[in-house]
Amino acid sequence: MPGFIQSIERAAAVLRLLGSTDRPLGLKEIAAALDLPPPTAHGIVRTLREVGFVEQDVESSRYRLGPGLQELGGGGWDPHDLRARAMNWADSLAGSTGMAVQVGIAASTSVRLVHHVFRPDGSPQRIRTGEEQPLHATALGKCLLAFAPVATPHARELDLQRWTGRTCTTVAALEAHLAVARRRGWASDTGEYETGVGGAAAPLRSSGGMVVAAIAVVGPVEELFGLGGELRPWMLEQMVGAAREISAALMEGR
Amino acid sequence: MTERVVAAIDQGTTSTRCLLFNRSGRMIAVAQREHRQYYPRPGLVEHDAAEIWRNVTRVVPAALRNAGLTPDNIVGLGIANQRETTVIWNRHTGVPLAPAITWQDTRTDGIVARLADDGHAALIKDICGLPPATYFAGPRLRWLLDHVPGARDGAEAGDVLFGTMESWLIWRLTGGPDGGRHVSDVTNASRTMLMDVRTLEWSEKLLEVLAVPRRMLPEIRPNAEVYGTCTAVLPGVPVAGALGDQQAALVGQACFSPGEIKCTYGTGAFLLMNTGTRLAESTHGLIPTVGYVLGDKPVYALEGAIAMTGSLVQWFRDSLGMIATAAQIETLASSVPDNGGCYIVPAFSGLYSPRWHPDARGVMVGLTSFINRGHLARAVLEATGWQTREVIDAMNADSGVPVTRLKVDGGMTANHLLMQFVADVLDVPVERPLVSEAVSLGAAYAAGLAVGHWSDLEVLRANWHRAAAWEPAMDAALRRREHENWGRAVNRSYGWVQTPAGD
Repeated sequence: MPGFIQSIERAAAVLRLLGSTDRPLGLKEIAAALDLPPPTAHGIVRTLREVGFVEQDVESSRYRLGPGLQELGGGGWDPHDLRARAMNWADSLAGSTGMAVQVGIAASTSVRLVHHVFRPDGSPQRIRTGEEQPLHATALGKCLLAFAPVATPHARELDLQRWTGRTCTTVAALEAHLAVARRRGWASDTGEYETGVGGAAAPLRSSGGMVVAAIAVVGPVEELFGLGGELRPWMLEQMVGAAREISAALMEGR
Repeated sequence: MTERVVAAIDQGTTSTRCLLFNRSGRMIAVAQREHRQYYPRPGLVEHDAAEIWRNVTRVVPAALRNAGLTPDNIVGLGIANQRETTVIWNRHTGVPLAPAITWQDTRTDGIVARLADDGHAALIKDICGLPPATYFAGPRLRWLLDHVPGARDGAEAGDVLFGTMESWLIWRLTGGPDGGRHVSDVTNASRTMLMDVRTLEWSEKLLEVLAVPRRMLPEIRPNAEVYGTCTAVLPGVPVAGALGDQQAALVGQACFSPGEIKCTYGTGAFLLMNTGTRLAESTHGLIPTVGYVLGDKPVYALEGAIAMTGSLVQWFRDSLGMIATAAQIETLASSVPDNGGCYIVPAFSGLYSPRWHPDARGVMVGLTSFINRGHLARAVLEATGWQTREVIDAMNADSGVPVTRLKVDGGMTANHLLMQFVADVLDVPVERPLVSEAVSLGAAYAAGLAVGHWSDLEVLRANWHRAAAWEPAMDAALRRREHENWGRAVNRSYGWVQTPAGD
């Protein structure tokens, strides 16, 4: 039998204690109530605060239960919170790459767009927020399949419908794409959903590194990818940078 | 290659932020700190100006750190600020004499009523363009002079200074007690009820009417010029631009031609229409105001001010506890197909443009057992939509030229349900620019123009790109019916406050 982990038991006790009262508790009170050495109590409370399960009152420095706990059973990030946190960096990404930007979350067997920034070229475009796209044929979808395996179905459970001549229509081909995506940290679409329109997507991570969404740059295949089929370095650098900034914003207290 | 960027401080109602922009107007870093809101009594809303200054000293270095830059990379600093919030401080110690009185505070209703009773309303409106209202800074300054011990004597002796937030911050940034520059920009000054809107100077007549000592006032300057050099926070960097937040957004949205219009959705919502070099009169409840002074001639604007939009969502979150974050109101509102017959009129401190009913207070009507939290969330968002519609109707009536599209910006543009509703009730497309931080961008533009980082307005206009657009999709008959219901709801908010609270 695996070993018993005392610090987890103590963390649970801290949470129970904070949940037993309406008023925030000071560190000394917590340590005394649970008969813990103050440095131990401090370490536990600080870790719980980092992961969002405890929050600290700015004025009094006392602790209470944090918003992360309520969201445990709630199915992850609210899509509108995600959009609010992502908006500035999504704008910045569209500005630096000249491409459209989309943010998507897993929605059973598809990816749902929760944010869309137009390609900044003045061309007529329609806002696509709320639209659902196939997981296997888009950069956002493949990114979620690769990095959010719990939130998405397994490749063999998907209906691998052919959208263009480039769509992955076999489990083996799709698995190969996902393996590449996992290795390099981002997923691509070279015209697999709409002919000539491609994308590249990177995962957005919340506290603990869990992938909660993906962000993609979307535009003409020949502008995104070089002659050898590789994503242009500038696009990659900007996309990864935006994903990092948004992930940092998602990891900050809610 | 050293990166050259412009820094903007957005000193807003709930937070102070620093954003860095590159030459194409793209945001490259942001840092933010909220400050405390003090509500000592109903109708009173105060800030601690010293806390706000401390926040500036923290967010600017934080933004630089996030971008991996140093003050050497910053070519200029621009400031955009919550307007009409009033602070007085001791010029020798740099300590504020009293809490800053914010633009939402209605304690000056007695002073304003007396101005009208004494027959000054026409004179005031004629000189400064503003109808006497608790909204503006001048009556707040008068209140401080009357109520804060030592304020009037100190002001007359030259020891006490007045400023709106940009004055306070520029003075602190450029040295504070050690030679800090005491200036105000023309857009902020135009909201004091003390400035002659034609000469752009303090009006001796209005100073007399409000009994304000001339010595305590800052010098009024254009929006883009080097006011001084930072001695703190960004040592050596020129403070080169300042605008009231709404005028900053007009610039940030590149509304440089007459007839161009923008709406910024923040704590309140503010629509400004560029009226060119002509000071437009309004017969429909809008405020003629200075748009900006970036060249030789002032450019004027017509403004429609809506007191509560984002702040209503905040109230829904913090006071009612209906949602955990402001963004989640969209989730809740999406849980129902319509408002279920419920309307909320957020006249928490009276109604602003275009109705101007200080005696109105908030109402919630159409309540039945059917109404749930989702309907209330809808009603909260729809109140913003209908108030926008009323201001647009007034602008159409004043200008005679119907608005054909609306440029929007600000945090609430993240709410797509709301933006669609605004397009639906206006029956014109609503467009969001690539930088929805138009307030900060406008402040950066002013500073960048002053130091030659950008050559002219055409360069800035070319930086504007559409990031999203919402097309009207509401059935015309439904729009008419809902508009009428909204109007009936507003009528029920009138006349709730029966006597001004004295002073």
